[in-house]
Amino acid sequence: MNVVTPNPGSPVLTDPLDEAERLMTVCNSCRYCEGLCAVFPAMELRRDFPKGDLNYLANLCHACGGCYVDCQFSPPHEFEVNVPKVMATVRADSYATYAWPSALAPLFKRNGLMVSLIAAISVTIFILGFVGWHDPGVLWAVHTGPGAFYKLMPHNTMALIFGIVFLYAILAAVLSLRNFWQDIGNPIGSFAEPISWWQAVKDAGSLRYLDGGGVGCYGEDERPTDKRRLYHHFTFYGFLLCFAATSVATLYHYLLGLEAPYPWYDLPVVLGTLGGIGLIIGPIGLLAEKSKRDPAMTDQQKLGMDVAFLVMLLLTSVSGLLLLMLRETPAMGILLALHLGVVFALFFTMPYGKFMHGLYRFMALVRYAKEMPRD
Amino acid sequence: MSREQDFDVLIAGGGNAGLCAAVAARREGASVLVLEAASKFYRGGNTRHTRNMRCAHDTATDTLSGPYTEEEFYDDLIRVTEGNTDEELARLMISESKEILTWIAEQGVRFQPSLAGTLSLGRTNSFFLGGGRGMLNALYATAEDLGVDIRYEAEVVAVDVQDGKFSSATCRKDGQDTAVPARSFVAACGGFESNFEWLKEGWGEIADNFLIRGTANNKGTVLKMLMNAGVKTIGDPTQCHAVAIDARAPKYDGGIITRLDCVVFGIVVNREAKRFYDEGEDIWPKRYAVWGRLVAQQPGQIAYIIFDAPSLERFMPSLYPPISAPTVRRLAEELELDPDVLDRTVSEFNAAVQPGTFDSTILDDCRTEGLSPEKTHWAQKIEEAPFYAYPVRPGITFTYLCAKVDREARIVMENGAPSANMFAAGEMMAGNVLGKGYAGGMGMTIGSVFGRIAGREAARLTPGNAGARSAAE
Repeated sequence: MNVVTPNPGSPVLTDPLDEAERLMTVCNSCRYCEGLCAVFPAMELRRDFPKGDLNYLANLCHACGGCYVDCQFSPPHEFEVNVPKVMATVRADSYATYAWPSALAPLFKRNGLMVSLIAAISVTIFILGFVGWHDPGVLWAVHTGPGAFYKLMPHNTMALIFGIVFLYAILAAVLSLRNFWQDIGNPIGSFAEPISWWQAVKDAGSLRYLDGGGVGCYGEDERPTDKRRLYHHFTFYGFLLCFAATSVATLYHYLLGLEAPYPWYDLPVVLGTLGGIGLIIGPIGLLAEKSKRDPAMTDQQKLGMDVAFLVMLLLTSVSGLLLLMLRETPAMGILLALHLGVVFALFFTMPYGKFMHGLYRFMALVRYAKEMPRD
Repeated sequence: MSREQDFDVLIAGGGNAGLCAAVAARREGASVLVLEAASKFYRGGNTRHTRNMRCAHDTATDTLSGPYTEEEFYDDLIRVTEGNTDEELARLMISESKEILTWIAEQGVRFQPSLAGTLSLGRTNSFFLGGGRGMLNALYATAEDLGVDIRYEAEVVAVDVQDGKFSSATCRKDGQDTAVPARSFVAACGGFESNFEWLKEGWGEIADNFLIRGTANNKGTVLKMLMNAGVKTIGDPTQCHAVAIDARAPKYDGGIITRLDCVVFGIVVNREAKRFYDEGEDIWPKRYAVWGRLVAQQPGQIAYIIFDAPSLERFMPSLYPPISAPTVRRLAEELELDPDVLDRTVSEFNAAVQPGTFDSTILDDCRTEGLSPEKTHWAQKIEEAPFYAYPVRPGITFTYLCAKVDREARIVMENGAPSANMFAAGEMMAGNVLGKGYAGGMGMTIGSVFGRIAGREAARLTPGNAGARSAAE
């Protein structure tokens, strides 16, 4: 008989999707990890793993590392089962696969460099714009009181530019998610199902599956901690607070006719300050955890994308808080250009960077809630 | 030879039993050294491949679906061992198992409810979150935090025992031998299933064709040293727990994912393409352990489970895909069996299948008539292409021969007297309780219960320790 070891027990396959398929076949015959997260229960519903399903499972994976640390077949075992790493690769590749328009998918290649370039160009344009619009002296002049920012850039121009890039980001994200949703085996008609959405909101909002089944996630060794979840909460809720700050300020402007800058105790500033602090602690914490993490369970080639997004968030919060602190000094102009330039680049690169991980993961959680029995 | 500092308790083996002993001894105040033969990744021997433990409990819990009384546990033990147990130790283990559930959780081990595929054990067995390696990681972290010394790739190559009293062991690490004196010794380093020379003493040359489901480190060297030092043994030296596993599995450490439980869905033929046993004799898990032995008795120690298309998705997928072909004859060619014989075997089987209602969860009424051997349940015609086959070989889980112990996990010497300071736990003494057969999760229960007892008792031999006493007592 031919006793040559076939595919599943053989070493790592070069194509990440092939390797993910091999791993899911191995894992599906073990199932020891089914208590750790959502990936394995979802895997157990399947026997075959087409590409769409693998992309779904990869986006369901929160990279807690529990299955790597608990696996009796992870390297150096000859079966080389390394689910977090392979899922990280498949997940990152899936962002490019589903990106809209597909012509911009190459932005996911060397993403760190691309995001940095776009941010630099964006900041430069804002500085040049401020200077070109007025005379160079305006940039370094001291502006105070309501409407101070708009001496550098009229509010309507600001709203128009950011409105356009924001709407574009939404459009691109929605169309990318649509590609994903269809490819993971969901008919478009099945999109609306409030109970699944609510379950996904709870699961995403609490990062339920970033805890290795209740013990925490794994960084440098086999001892779990909850630090990544904590820092991610700082980042995510910080981002939401900043978003709320901007939304409230927009309402103030158009509904109440109140012009920025607002006093420190006013709602937009309070929200923005708290969010900004979250967006400083969170990204710094996540960057620190990332640097300590056992490289064996991460995809080092995708590090640039992760770091670029965290740095962009950090630049947003730092420039925003500096602007708050120094807004009555001559540095205000340059800080405003920096802040707006970074935020513009952040919005523009949202559909083509790590930001999308949250949306794909959320949709994967909706899919998971749809296919699993309710709690 | 260099000399290690003195430890109160020296433990050979870093699996469940060894770590429970280490943690228990350290908590009693003893200084503890664990010598683990494997590397850090492979630490823990067969515990790495386990998934749950069977403990008695009076009520349902978050992770257990209902009560499992001591009496029921004892009945199960008597049934699987056919009475081949030491009743005193069995009852002790079962009564201690209740407390172990809490104790092991206090050592950081986490449980999860049983899910798909394991529901049949959801009431009786507690499942480790992430499986056996997850359990080990928790125990090692706790042991390290408590200050237990742990050495990896450190093998015990000799023990100094005089009149049943241990004085020191020789540890080999990086090719260097070091004497390790200690006040007491806990042997928790498994059976001898990965020692082929020893297996051949019971099985002959055919043992070369066996696969070992777990660690390559269970060579039984410490057991042999203890036997030479006059330790009393218990358990059949020729017997081992063997199941039929995928023949394509690696020689060692293939673990759970190489198991196959599809015998009931088809027929099993040997290298001559002939059936040799009733595939429908019994339900899982009883049939599981029978087939390893049956395949071991076939020429070349190999057999082939043959089934057809409708059965493909009726059982847990396995690591390796089945070998498939559009016809039975082509399947035979793929398997390098005689196509004429296999075709005839399948045809004769199909012709003998009687009408019935198939139900794999009970002993159903689908059977053959006029065959030798008959298939007495779940007999269905093998007729729908594609046809599939899994090659299987005996996969050895553990051996039964071990050291005799008493209620304190103290090793008993050939003259019947307990050793002054030697203890055994885990697979090293499992045969005291499990003289025959097996029921899921029992190995881990024995390991934790007797590991904890051994550690506690060994620590008591430390002078000045609370509860310490002389060995003469």
